[in-house]
Amino acid sequence: MSDGSGVSGVSRRTAGAPAFEPYGVWTDLVGQDHISTDLVQAALGNGMTHAWLLTGPPGSGRSTAARAFAAALQCTTANEPGCGHCLGCRTVLDGVHPDVLQLATDQLSIGVADTRDLVRRSSMTPSSGRWQVLLIEDADRLTEAAGNVLLKAVEEPSSRTVWILCAPGRDDMLPTIRSRCRHLLLRTPPSTAVAEILVRRDGVDPIRAREAARAAQGHIGRAKRLATDDEARAKRSEVLALPSSLTDMGSALSAAQKLVDATISEAKRAAEERNVTETADLRLAMGYQEGSRKAVPGAAGALKDLETRQKKRATRMQRDALDLALVDLAAFYRDVLAVQLGAIGGAGGDVTEPIHDDQYAAVRKIAAAGTPEATLRRIEAVLECRKAVERSVAPLLAVEAMAVRLR
Amino acid sequence: MLVPMPAQAAAPSQLVLVVGAEELLVDRAVARIVAAKRAVDPETETRDLTPGNFNPGTFAELVSPSLFGESRVVVVRSAQDLAADDVAMLTSVLDGLAEEITLVVVHLGGVKGKALLTAVEKAGAARVDVAKVTKPTERIAFLREEFKAARRQITEEAARALLDAVGNELRELAAAASQLIADTTDDARTPIDETVVAKYYSGRAEVSGFTVADLAVDGRTAQALEQLRWALATGTAPVLITSALAAGVRSVARVASAPRGARPADLARELGMPPWKIDKVRQQVRGWTPDGIGTALLAVAEADAAVKGGGDDPAYALERCVVTVCQARGQGTGARG
Repeated sequence: MSDGSGVSGVSRRTAGAPAFEPYGVWTDLVGQDHISTDLVQAALGNGMTHAWLLTGPPGSGRSTAARAFAAALQCTTANEPGCGHCLGCRTVLDGVHPDVLQLATDQLSIGVADTRDLVRRSSMTPSSGRWQVLLIEDADRLTEAAGNVLLKAVEEPSSRTVWILCAPGRDDMLPTIRSRCRHLLLRTPPSTAVAEILVRRDGVDPIRAREAARAAQGHIGRAKRLATDDEARAKRSEVLALPSSLTDMGSALSAAQKLVDATISEAKRAAEERNVTETADLRLAMGYQEGSRKAVPGAAGALKDLETRQKKRATRMQRDALDLALVDLAAFYRDVLAVQLGAIGGAGGDVTEPIHDDQYAAVRKIAAAGTPEATLRRIEAVLECRKAVERSVAPLLAVEAMAVRLR
Repeated sequence: MLVPMPAQAAAPSQLVLVVGAEELLVDRAVARIVAAKRAVDPETETRDLTPGNFNPGTFAELVSPSLFGESRVVVVRSAQDLAADDVAMLTSVLDGLAEEITLVVVHLGGVKGKALLTAVEKAGAARVDVAKVTKPTERIAFLREEFKAARRQITEEAARALLDAVGNELRELAAAASQLIADTTDDARTPIDETVVAKYYSGRAEVSGFTVADLAVDGRTAQALEQLRWALATGTAPVLITSALAAGVRSVARVASAPRGARPADLARELGMPPWKIDKVRQQVRGWTPDGIGTALLAVAEADAAVKGGGDDPAYALERCVVTVCQARGQGTGARG
């Protein structure tokens, strides 16, 4: 194990050791050199343990880090774990390595049944690699019962089994599970680092990349979407137009309706493409042929199951889309507050940067019309709306209540 | 206790098709056919088949002539759900039923299993259509028929009160009616009125969230709370009540913020509501101010969070919400409802 003194920005290795230079699978992990260093060392045998918990804000690269680590564990190149070009690395990144099981969910929770499968798998010996790796991407979505199923297996896994769990924060995990894991904390990647990878990896224009990186507040995937997908940019501008459109009760309610409708249509658009191909694939697998209604026994049931799953996924996608919009809104009022307090455009120069650079005019206008106290109350309203949506309050009702308070 | 029925039931045919969804009435129609057969031969045996226990072998045995020619009624229930093979079996015996066999096919009447329905009809079946009872007026008519069949009378108001108290389930209504008839045999000549019904039945069986929401939006606190208690006591889900309250407040807000002079038809199109609802909501809008609407919406949102697991006691959260909504009406105008 390393010395464990973790001042960010300062190398945690012994003095004089070179700073970590990303290579292979580690190049996609942005602004998290401290994590990469620890994981590379672990893969080399220094500080390896049987269970890992990777936490960090959404979009900071938890699953990227977890996958890179899994690749490093299965890597066959000596002294360079996670080289990115050996068979082990490539199969892990493609998701086809026989000794790496990834569990990600596109639904609201991970239940007991899925977890039992994982536990069974965890007691097996790796078939070709060095480790049996079990990777849960949304470990925070484990239900409490599912967490308890996992407990025993995480506590005392077979000698060659490694668990990698990812969650937004330590508190999202059962205390009994998190106490059995080695914990690594990813930080919010600085927007310069995010912009840099957009330019390098996706070939985005540098100015656009910087703007997108800042607007995405460190969420790499979101930054990429904002930089490359015009529809995502349009959606965001629509959301950010909401504060300026709140003049009276009627406009507040129709703005709320519009926001919810927009998230529904966005989620639907994203879901439909996947649903159609999924259904077609399953029909083919079940032996449905063009123009015939005959299939293998149980086909109708399997199709129905798929439909249920797709419906659950749609709920989750809509909630995620709405949550994203609300985060953007909160950041907008954060900019307003910064202007009101003189942190942006004040006499003493800019103390901080605006998140939504392109909305500066609207921000200034709203800042001039209100007090910092009112802005704080509005931020509170947005955050409470997020919480309400998470607690299954009807989305339209929650957003309407928010709009009423934002007026 | 039979409802007067169309004439075809009088002359029992060998092949009968009963079409309709109202279970009680279907049962009665079948019972009438069996009774007619029993009137001829008291030894008549009946067999009930459902898609679950329909077995082609057993069925063939049941419809084939028996050695001593005993009379038998074979009832095939929910024929629309029969499997394809069973349907083939059933249609194959339609012609040439043995004399002592009566086959009754019960069908829901929808698109499902339509082929069977036409086949049975083509084979010359006597068709009995069972009435659909969906509207409150139809239920009241049904109740009055029930009493008429027992040579008793019930006033319209009394029937309505009974409907309120017992609910919409036809079987329960019929049971309540026969109980009421049995309870009041002493003075069979006077029509049953509201006081008689109130003596045996009180309260309400079914209160929807919309009843509560309408009263709350009208600012009638006491009635709204009363109906809320009934709704909760009779098992209306709290979630449905908050969503009805939200819909109520929302429609007031939308109509209130629409231009005043707009025609109902235009408004209806713009707000996506039926025109009759616009008129109703316009009545409700009086007394609401933007601030009041805001207060009410916040209260409903809070209650919605509470009934979905955020609070300890959904009933309390709902009561508080209804009171807040009622008080929010008139907020800022000084007027009270």
